[in-house]
Amino acid sequence: MKLAVRFLFVAALLFTTQAFAELRVDITQGRVEPMPLAVVEFTGETEQAALIGRQIAQVVSADLERSGLFRPIDPKAFIQKELSMTTLPRFGDWRILNAQALVQGHAVPTGNGELSIQFRLWDVSAEVQMVGLAYNTVEDNWRRVAHIIADTIYQRITGETGYFDTRVVYVAESGPANRRVKRLAIMDQDGAKHRFLTDGSDLVLTPRFSPTLQEITYLSYYKNTPRVYLFNIDTGRQSILGDFPGMTFAPRFSFDGTKVVMSMARDGNSDIYTMDIASRQTRRITNHSSIDTSPSFSPDGTQIAFNSDRGGAQQIYVMDSNGKNVRRISFGKGRYATPVWSPRGDLIAFTKMTGGKFYIGVMRTDGSGERLLADGYLVESPTWAPNGRVLMFYRETLRGEKKTTKLYSVDLTGYNEREVITPLEGSDPAWSPLIP
Amino acid sequence: MRKFLGLVGVVALLAACETAPQDGANANASGDSSSTAQTLAPAAGSAQDFVVNVGDRVFFGFDQYNVNADARATLEKQAVWLKKFPGVTVTVEGHADERGTREYNLALGERRANAAKEYLVSLGVDAMRIKTISYGKERPVALGHNEAAWAQNRRSVTVVSVGAGS
Repeated sequence: MKLAVRFLFVAALLFTTQAFAELRVDITQGRVEPMPLAVVEFTGETEQAALIGRQIAQVVSADLERSGLFRPIDPKAFIQKELSMTTLPRFGDWRILNAQALVQGHAVPTGNGELSIQFRLWDVSAEVQMVGLAYNTVEDNWRRVAHIIADTIYQRITGETGYFDTRVVYVAESGPANRRVKRLAIMDQDGAKHRFLTDGSDLVLTPRFSPTLQEITYLSYYKNTPRVYLFNIDTGRQSILGDFPGMTFAPRFSFDGTKVVMSMARDGNSDIYTMDIASRQTRRITNHSSIDTSPSFSPDGTQIAFNSDRGGAQQIYVMDSNGKNVRRISFGKGRYATPVWSPRGDLIAFTKMTGGKFYIGVMRTDGSGERLLADGYLVESPTWAPNGRVLMFYRETLRGEKKTTKLYSVDLTGYNEREVITPLEGSDPAWSPLIP
Repeated sequence: MRKFLGLVGVVALLAACETAPQDGANANASGDSSSTAQTLAPAAGSAQDFVVNVGDRVFFGFDQYNVNADARATLEKQAVWLKKFPGVTVTVEGHADERGTREYNLALGERRANAAKEYLVSLGVDAMRIKTISYGKERPVALGHNEAAWAQNRRSVTVVSVGAGS
């Protein structure tokens, strides 16, 4: 899990000058036309380095394409087939293709199975370099470097932090609905490097990442006793979180990673509790005869959004993190559930149920500005990319009597929805923070 | 038990996979005297006896957990049976249909299991004999995607966990 990516030299590659008219995609203004860009195969000092270079270019191109903000130009259309890292590109050849940005790179073995991976991002019309960086890494780690390069390009052009160097934990599903086998699984954000974390012998639900990325909190039915557990990704060790007399469920880490907020059911009633992970001190936050569940901390830790039927049907409420000052924020038609606070702090994602359909949407933290982004027979479990611009969720789709359960991502415009390909069916995705 | 003799044909099939205490079974053995094969009714006090002769589940309305008249009738039979076999302990499972969010449905299943438990306790069954567990929407029995299936899945199921033929 510890993946060393060392920055050899930062922006040390030549040709750097600040452009006057910045090449920019503004992603704060709703739907944007994808920017045409050319990602040229990275060259390599050796055959092996060139092979890795080609794969890096493919991963960078696929990341940027999936964001919906970039339209990689088909390499078959390229006029300049070979670029050197030491001479300027023939910008005219790229302008003809309407490429606004150009990405090139080169991989150089540095011994001991390590590579120096260099890349440049060019503003084609201004004919200036926007980024020139090199990363030193072990060969096996080339995928991470590709995602980091894609994040760098995304950030340079949009002004927003990227989200490609991230992972997703989710529940892989197989078998008939009445004997469904559910396993925790983890993968890179693009579906690569998939592996199962549990063997399916116990029902597991609702995994969520800790901000440190080393741990997952989730619900397990180990020994037919549903409780919240921690799973250490490095060691594979699973440990129960706390010693509660009733079912604990709906766990989620605070953004600083020091606490888990969750529900506990006692005598049929579910209330919200927090547990300090270091001291294992628990604190009861709500005390109400209604169902209180699906708690989610605000990024600053001062507030908790949650789901309650205290008003008669499921709605979204926000309270101070000590349980005081409870106020309802969802007032639209239908029932609302699964509030999840954006890492940016500005929005709350939710599931809405109305008219026999389910929707994924976002609203401001005071409940205003509701926007629906996706729908289906059933959609739920929204999870935020760390930059707060993209959501992942799962969808159940009916074809006749056959139901399929799959993961999807959608950006805040609601226009760029993509299936996230997994080996089995999948549900309950949780997006990691950026890998440190 | 006599009034349930009409169910014996079904009983025989179910009991075939039960390894019930024979002395208990003999007490209820009936079967068709004109048939050569001797079929056994479930052993009194067994899990099979409970499922077939009492009824192990009750149903709930959409997003509801109140115990309605039909449910009360079943739970009353369960309470009579449980008092007759005081050595038996049970787990009441609470379930929800697929038309809700996962975490809310876990809470709803908990409520349903507890509502059934509380009604049994109100009828004189010792609360210590009754455990509850919620499966939310994770364990449907009806696999369709329509109101008829959902209605069967919004249920509590009383599962005999320790049988006692007393």
